Amino acid sequence: MSSTEWPLWEVFVRSRRGLSHVHAGSLHAPDAEMALRNARDVYTRREEGVSLWVVPSAVIEASTPDERDSFFDPAADKIYRHPTFYDVPEGVEHL
Amino acid sequence: MITPPDSSPPPLRSSGEQSRGAPDPAADRQAKQLFDYTLALADDALVSAQRMGWWISRAPQLEEDLALANIGLDQLGQARTLLAYAGQVEGAGRGEDDLAYLRDERDFRNVHLVERDQSDFGVAMARLLLFSAWQAELYGALRTSTDTTLAGVAGKAVKEVAYHLDHARQWVLRLGDGTEESHERMQAALDAEWRYLLELFDNDWLDGDLVEAGVAIDPARLCDAVLARIEPVVTEATLVVPEVAPAIGGGRRGLHTEQMGYLLAEMQHLTRSHPGATW
Repeated sequence: MSSTEWPLWEVFVRSRRGLSHVHAGSLHAPDAEMALRNARDVYTRREEGVSLWVVPSAVIEASTPDERDSFFDPAADKIYRHPTFYDVPEGVEHL
Repeated sequence: MITPPDSSPPPLRSSGEQSRGAPDPAADRQAKQLFDYTLALADDALVSAQRMGWWISRAPQLEEDLALANIGLDQLGQARTLLAYAGQVEGAGRGEDDLAYLRDERDFRNVHLVERDQSDFGVAMARLLLFSAWQAELYGALRTSTDTTLAGVAGKAVKEVAYHLDHARQWVLRLGDGTEESHERMQAALDAEWRYLLELFDNDWLDGDLVEAGVAIDPARLCDAVLARIEPVVTEATLVVPEVAPAIGGGRRGLHTEQMGYLLAEMQHLTRSHPGATW
């Protein structure tokens, strides 16, 4: 028996101009057009957004917990990557 | 249409002015006309919202459940503003709740299209297509009404209704141009609902004065534009525009189908069983 379940979509909402789209959650929809409309109904009912993206969940390539050591741990002792070694000249407000 | 008894009637009162001082038969008659008109628009929205609410927890998917609830709530919002205004125009102290919950069946002015059972999803979408196409044209035209309250309601509702129409269109396209079974059921639903379309364009009940004063929109003049919104969707969905005899109608005069009584019983029972109850 083939699956009758609609495919899953990931929803990204931009809350206002100038900000980036942020992952809000996921939903089911038969196709992209309906996914966009469902996203509007499920995730922007309370004025949460001004722009929506929907992406088929199946096309997202995600890192796995197994890769955590090799992916993320090496960054832990590289404090020089943080811009904290500079003296900020006096009077500079917007750095 | 009724010709006014005097040749130069005073301007229509708008935004709920109350009559004061000496009785003024012409002003009272105008207030009654505006009350009836506002009530007709309000009842269409209210009864449609009640039918839409039936789908909550019953829609085929959670996402659709929310979509139909949103649509019903939009319609309820339209109804509330219109009912409150009707009560103001009437000037008898009735508010939106009194008009929604304490009127009897014969005092409701909604068309038959919105009051019948719609527990088939195809029927619900066919009806939403017809009704929101009608509301889109009606509210679009009402935005320039000389009555500022009606124009205000229309200005807000026109955006809501555009979304309702789009939602109905998406589903009619998918079901009409879907499987063999969905195609047949969508066509059957459309045939069933189409009989009730013409009642929307009936203008016998509407006083010509209101139209001439730029307060109301003559429903008959919206017919072509409404059909021009509906028919391309039907054709694109590989369905056939039905050729069916129109139903008798009568909703605008307070004559309703058998199902209206059951709808009102459910909608009104709480308020009537517990008068004055609050949360």
